[in-house]
Amino acid sequence: MTANLDLLSFLERVPYARFIGMRATLNGDEMTGVLPFSEHLIGNPSLPALHGGLIGAFMELTAIAQLSITGPQSRLPRTVDISIDYLRSGRPVDTYARALIKRVGRRIANVQVEAWQEARANPIAALRGNFLVSPRGGDEALPGAAGTH
Amino acid sequence: MSKDDLPGAPVTTPMARALGMVAVSVSPDIVVKVPYRDDLVGDPDTGVIAGGVVTTLLDHTSARAAAAALTEETSLATLDLRIDYMRPSKPGRDIFATAYCYKVTRSVAFVRALAYDEDPSDPVASAQGAFMLDSDAGREAGANLTPVQRKPRVKE
Repeated sequence: MTANLDLLSFLERVPYARFIGMRATLNGDEMTGVLPFSEHLIGNPSLPALHGGLIGAFMELTAIAQLSITGPQSRLPRTVDISIDYLRSGRPVDTYARALIKRVGRRIANVQVEAWQEARANPIAALRGNFLVSPRGGDEALPGAAGTH
Repeated sequence: MSKDDLPGAPVTTPMARALGMVAVSVSPDIVVKVPYRDDLVGDPDTGVIAGGVVTTLLDHTSARAAAAALTEETSLATLDLRIDYMRPSKPGRDIFATAYCYKVTRSVAFVRALAYDEDPSDPVASAQGAFMLDSDAGREAGANLTPVQRKPRVKE
């Protein structure tokens, strides 16, 4: 229930998430980001293909949303750095993304995201990022938080 | 977006248009800006433009820098992009990006870019990207409209 509220509140709260039209589905505390296709998301009008930067932005938001669900934050996680690999052209159809939280420290969370369209086994892009996290309640750390940074 | 005659670069893309991107300069440096808008904000508590907007702007500006460095018109697609976010942009400020292509090979163009809101020497983000040349690779217009063909499983 809490995860659902955190996810809904995230999607409602972030204007840019609404601008790109991002949605999500939730199974327990595992979410799948959903980006319904829309004409304004196109980067290459000839093929047509989704804009690469936009795909990166969608994966980045998916990471931040997953972090917000997994451990309630006092403020939204802040991107420190991201590295995006573009694997296949993004077709003009819906896109999905799943974030895997690799590690959460006291301040930094490391997250990997994959985005796909028709086939989960054929991702269109992958992102790895480090995010500054602010667990709610001060001492209360995110599950898995231990050790340095 | 102002007219430009950069070889290979579309004058604008739907995503660039939707973000309100404006070409600020094409020579000697490529500079593109996204004017501040409330619907592009990432954190409503701070009013700061979303990181995703910066990512998209850096990708776009880098592609244009790559196109400007080419002598022949060709399709371009991002291969990879690395972005370091150095500081949040200031609330209410327009975001600028400038990029330059430092190496072109037969298949790949390598680009560095910076995003800033006031002064390029105090950047919001720094990026490095690689772009595939001739990325359409013979695919015709509309090639992405047909679903990807799945190879049928055939038992020998």
